[in-house]
Amino acid sequence: MAEFDFEGYTCPVPIRPTDTVVLGHGSGGTLSRDLLNRLFLPELGKAAPRALDDSAVVVMDGQRYAITTDSHVVSPLFFPGGDIGRLAICGTVNDLAMIGATPIALTCGFVLEEGLSFDVLQRVVVSMKEAAHEAGIYIAAGDTKVVQKGSADRLFINTSGIGKINEGVNISGANANDGDVIIISGTIGDHGIAVLSARENLGFETTLESDVAPLNHLVKAMISAGEIRVLRDPTRGGLATSLVEIAEQSNVTIEIDEQSLPVKPAVKAACEMLGFDPLYVANEGKLAAFVKEADTEKVLDVMKKMKYGADAAVIGRVIGAGKSQVRMRTAIGGTRLVDMLPGEMLPRIC
Amino acid sequence: MKYLDEYRDPAKVKSLLREIESIVTRDWVIMEICGGQTHAFLQHGLDDMLPPQIELVHGPGCPVCVTPLEQIDKAIAIASQPDVIFTSYGDMLRVPGSSKDLFAVRANGGDVRVVYSPLEAVQIAESNLDKQVVFFAIGFETTAPANAMAVMQAKHKNIQNFFVLVSHVRVPPAMEAILSSSKNRVQAFLAAGHVCAVMGFHEYPPIAEKYHVPIVVTGFEPIDLLNGLLAAVKQLEAGRAVAENQYQRAVRFEGNASAQRSLRSVFESVDRKWRGIGVIPQSGWGLSPEFQMFDAEKKFNVENIFTQESPLCIAGEILQGLKKPLQCSAFGKECTQQTPLGAPMVSAEGACAAYYKYHRDVVYG
Repeated sequence: MAEFDFEGYTCPVPIRPTDTVVLGHGSGGTLSRDLLNRLFLPELGKAAPRALDDSAVVVMDGQRYAITTDSHVVSPLFFPGGDIGRLAICGTVNDLAMIGATPIALTCGFVLEEGLSFDVLQRVVVSMKEAAHEAGIYIAAGDTKVVQKGSADRLFINTSGIGKINEGVNISGANANDGDVIIISGTIGDHGIAVLSARENLGFETTLESDVAPLNHLVKAMISAGEIRVLRDPTRGGLATSLVEIAEQSNVTIEIDEQSLPVKPAVKAACEMLGFDPLYVANEGKLAAFVKEADTEKVLDVMKKMKYGADAAVIGRVIGAGKSQVRMRTAIGGTRLVDMLPGEMLPRIC
Repeated sequence: MKYLDEYRDPAKVKSLLREIESIVTRDWVIMEICGGQTHAFLQHGLDDMLPPQIELVHGPGCPVCVTPLEQIDKAIAIASQPDVIFTSYGDMLRVPGSSKDLFAVRANGGDVRVVYSPLEAVQIAESNLDKQVVFFAIGFETTAPANAMAVMQAKHKNIQNFFVLVSHVRVPPAMEAILSSSKNRVQAFLAAGHVCAVMGFHEYPPIAEKYHVPIVVTGFEPIDLLNGLLAAVKQLEAGRAVAENQYQRAVRFEGNASAQRSLRSVFESVDRKWRGIGVIPQSGWGLSPEFQMFDAEKKFNVENIFTQESPLCIAGEILQGLKKPLQCSAFGKECTQQTPLGAPMVSAEGACAAYYKYHRDVVYG
């Protein structure tokens, strides 16, 4: 056989997607962060020193309040275990809870596409009422806009929320300390795989349910049980992305243990088939907590007694300060780096 | 989980590692063919646990990586046309062509859709008769039979708005290309288990004999990979060079006859250009004359797109095992997963992507 010129094997010049927004900008991974750093934060973020936490903190008359907003554009609107309405309430409640705030009130803005059936809208609104009731929060204001057919995908919901931060509570992605123990409140990847299999009609035999749930009651119980340094709900981008963000915000090295990660067999199987890593799959009813080591057992005990913390488990710890990195001890005893999701999560070819 | 946990058993991993350590007496360079194997080594941290005498080099078995730039430019040209629905496995969307990627086509209004199976693309064609539906048929012998099935189904149902942009490649000619290079360092192969599940491994004994190189059919879990390495090292240490199967739960000597039948009924062996390497004779599958009417290149007149690739990265040397991704001066700097210089950094099976995800700390230390 003739000899081939492998040295001529080349890559093309780099392409930076500078001129248009692509879907990956909404994936919660590094592209999303690039968008924040390049455009939003320089223009709009000057007054928000904690802009990278799930909620911002504003101080009025000496009282700290948490404020946050979240838009929901899920497809399909209804999926096993939840729907866009429950998601819209829980998303904002959880963002408030993740800096230790007690949610007070929400607003909601609806963007409706012409032609949406009242029946669908009614079901979504009832679901929002039930989720708000469960979270113990009231919806204080709302707005509706209708756009022409084709200008939106049936129904988008924005929710904004405000919560009160009690004296002594100091929770932020920047507060992780060397030695802190990391707890996850339950199995990871349920929401992402449930929505994906509903949307793509993947035909799995078991119906996997989304974990979408309000976590404010769980957070309240955890705060009363021990010193919580960091809370984060690993939504888009999954647990891996949340941990990388926290490692960067706190400038610490995190080590997690692959074998201790709670993953449902159905999620694990779906991920194996599709070439996904559960570490990157979205959750909507889970939180990762960085807890003072001495308080670990107390916090874990309290969590396990709560509905949304029953499967809580210790998954790792902060093993050093001064270098931001997330490492994983693999199940077979090796170690590797854990990185953010670069863009959209893509199923593999074979 | 059954069929998974038993192949990730830490105790078995340790005992296999000890066995390899006990028999290895000198340095060996072993290439795992498949990008899935490369990722498994790094994802489990297995590469760092191997005895220092064993050097793994990462083979060309990443379908996204070896698809030539001009095929991607052709895909982009087709996807940018009005009334086209362009369907592809997700992996291909982020691979840069010479001016943009398929994501950018979608962002600019092109109808580009990720599918999980080529049959899904046929369904899309059936339910969008006013559109031309094109499927990007890339990959090795693993994906080719399913893509052949899609074409057969389209023909059977007389679906006239379904087309395939074919860029299929075959593994054995690539192995021979590597072995026949004067700079070759590869002393043994871990053959790609999934490819062999389809094709069997009857093509390998002549290669093993001709180039005196052990070829071990190997799976993708830690225990599989270690069993493959152990068998390869045993052969190397004994001076033997045969084709053997360490992935018996999935692979038979003759392979999957029915998959091969569908493959051969739709495709025929053709010369194929590999990214940057150039044309390797008889190294690809193309549509046979009977199925030419499904050829997207002809339908959309993109046969004459030729793209010059610019010499910025060292993927060729990586492919040959002469260099590792970490030795590329662009790695982690100009070339990241957000701004890939080339396909090996993009694909879920690319060697550069595996190092970037799991081993970037070695560079940044």
